[in-house]
Amino acid sequence: MPLSDSELKKLEEKAYQLRKDVIQTVAWSGGGHAGGALSQLDLLVALYYKYMNVDPKNPEKEDRDRLVLSKGHGGVGYAPVLADKGYFEFDLLKTFNHTGSRFGMHLDKLKVPGVDASTGSLGHGLSIAVGLALGAKIGGKKWITYCIMGDGEQHEGSIWEAAMAAAHFKLGNLIGFVDRNRFCIDGKCEDIMNVEPLDKKWEAFGWKVVTINGHDYNEICGAIDEGLAYKDGPFLIIANTVKGKGVEFMEGVAAWHYGGLDGEKTKEALASIDKMYGK
Amino acid sequence: MVEGSVTWSLSDADHMTAAEIYGEMLVRLGEEREEVVALTADLARSTKIGKFEEKFPERFFNVGIAEQNLFGIGAGLALAGYIPFISTFAVFASLRAGEQVRTDICYQNLNCKIIATHSGVSFGQAGSTHHCTEDISVMRSFANMTVIVPADGIETAKAVRACIDWPGPVYIRIGRGFEPWVHKDDKYDYKIGKGIEMVSGTDITVIACGPSVYAAVDAAKTLKDDDGLSVRVIDLHTIKPIDKEIIVKAVTETRRIVTFEDHNIIGGMGTAVADVIAESGKGCAFKKVGIPDEFSIVGYPEDLYNHFKIDSEGVIETVREVMGKEYEEDEDWEDEM
Repeated sequence: MPLSDSELKKLEEKAYQLRKDVIQTVAWSGGGHAGGALSQLDLLVALYYKYMNVDPKNPEKEDRDRLVLSKGHGGVGYAPVLADKGYFEFDLLKTFNHTGSRFGMHLDKLKVPGVDASTGSLGHGLSIAVGLALGAKIGGKKWITYCIMGDGEQHEGSIWEAAMAAAHFKLGNLIGFVDRNRFCIDGKCEDIMNVEPLDKKWEAFGWKVVTINGHDYNEICGAIDEGLAYKDGPFLIIANTVKGKGVEFMEGVAAWHYGGLDGEKTKEALASIDKMYGK
Repeated sequence: MVEGSVTWSLSDADHMTAAEIYGEMLVRLGEEREEVVALTADLARSTKIGKFEEKFPERFFNVGIAEQNLFGIGAGLALAGYIPFISTFAVFASLRAGEQVRTDICYQNLNCKIIATHSGVSFGQAGSTHHCTEDISVMRSFANMTVIVPADGIETAKAVRACIDWPGPVYIRIGRGFEPWVHKDDKYDYKIGKGIEMVSGTDITVIACGPSVYAAVDAAKTLKDDDGLSVRVIDLHTIKPIDKEIIVKAVTETRRIVTFEDHNIIGGMGTAVADVIAESGKGCAFKKVGIPDEFSIVGYPEDLYNHFKIDSEGVIETVREVMGKEYEEDEDWEDEM
């Protein structure tokens, strides 16, 4: 069922504000994974503002839904979401990447409330998510485990070890995402190492797969609803996204996998986001 | 029955391998604590973790031949509140999945217990691909990790029993399981991080771990009978955190130390002991014996222990060599501080 106008507006307003928060955090950090932070953002917004059962006042609440950001370099786009949810003071983001900060570019669960697993090295997150989902299953717990992967990350063999295991253990409480922004560090994923046909690969590994526009909230929420309803095994959402989404000079530019923003570039990026949202 | 004992009679345990005893102990821990889960990567039979599967199939997970995934799932289960006991061969735990152990388990300081079998050259005929002479070095360099090398089956049981209430990740390294037993019963005090004086002595101290403890105890008898030497033997079952006190006491009281281990001499127990000695500011005659910096050869484990001089014969030869060495006889420690 399509989202109501008010719900859609609420999510898009949140995404508008958070895209600007991400840019601000990249600027404060002196350099960040801006491209992938912006491509994944609408997935995070849908999860944290519509679906996930979490309590920022009690970050370790036992029955909370879990999120594993397997593409850990997306931390600069994840921390502003957690700050906005109220896990910690927004001003703390000003220290992002600074010496001695609680925030490095890959978020540490032991230092950042709201983070369910420390990630960073690619190809690890899905295995952790399988362990979390398995734990819920054998313990009769109701929580859902979500895992957001990158598409370059699909190159890692351990992803496929975990994919095989999730289907083998029939984890109907696990929903995976591939943030399909089509770039890794050295260029286009397909030029570096072809991952296609990605949907067929995941299907062959026993997952139910849907492919969506990862910036369209009706499609994102429709897919998550379908995933929550599907209990026979793990569910994968391949979200076609745009690297650097919302900032014109970053969109689809491989160099914006990681970059810094000076005062002028920050203004330009924020203006671009205003323009995209018609502000 | 003493408190915390292995809770079965030695007549049963005597013909069991260390791994089999681990399997038995894990079942007992599973009965006591419902948060205990067990995982392996297609080595349930070899690592004897299968005993747990028979008793608690719903808490046992075989992930197939996929060690990276094995430790990642273990980390996830620990994050979900369980105490995972994860078993595979030492070479796969420390090297194939080394990054998962470090980053997923140690970095998050998770309550995962890794029981690695077939360590050192104990898998003799399988050759160097399946020998593991690097794991102590690797594991002790991971922050938050505790590293334990039991001397035999009894000590394996004690270590497995103790590790469940020891916070954070623990690596317990056992052999293939055909090593001789050195502890005659389980009625001795075992504490993670505290070495055990197996034989008292004043001329020289032999510090050993794993199967080398048996060799050292055996050699100490011969050296006493044939050479009149008073050899102190320490079972240094915990490599990290290391028992500095027992080492420095040995330096002060015997002034000669040799270490024996089924591991590369670079970065292993001997290196850890050497660090303590160096930092103590007290000099002593010192020698590390283990697998030299080369890939091990193929053969029966007992032949390999002999080849690398970590059997009784090797201990005797090394102790005689070190006793013959000259060193400063000065009893005044002040000038060495």
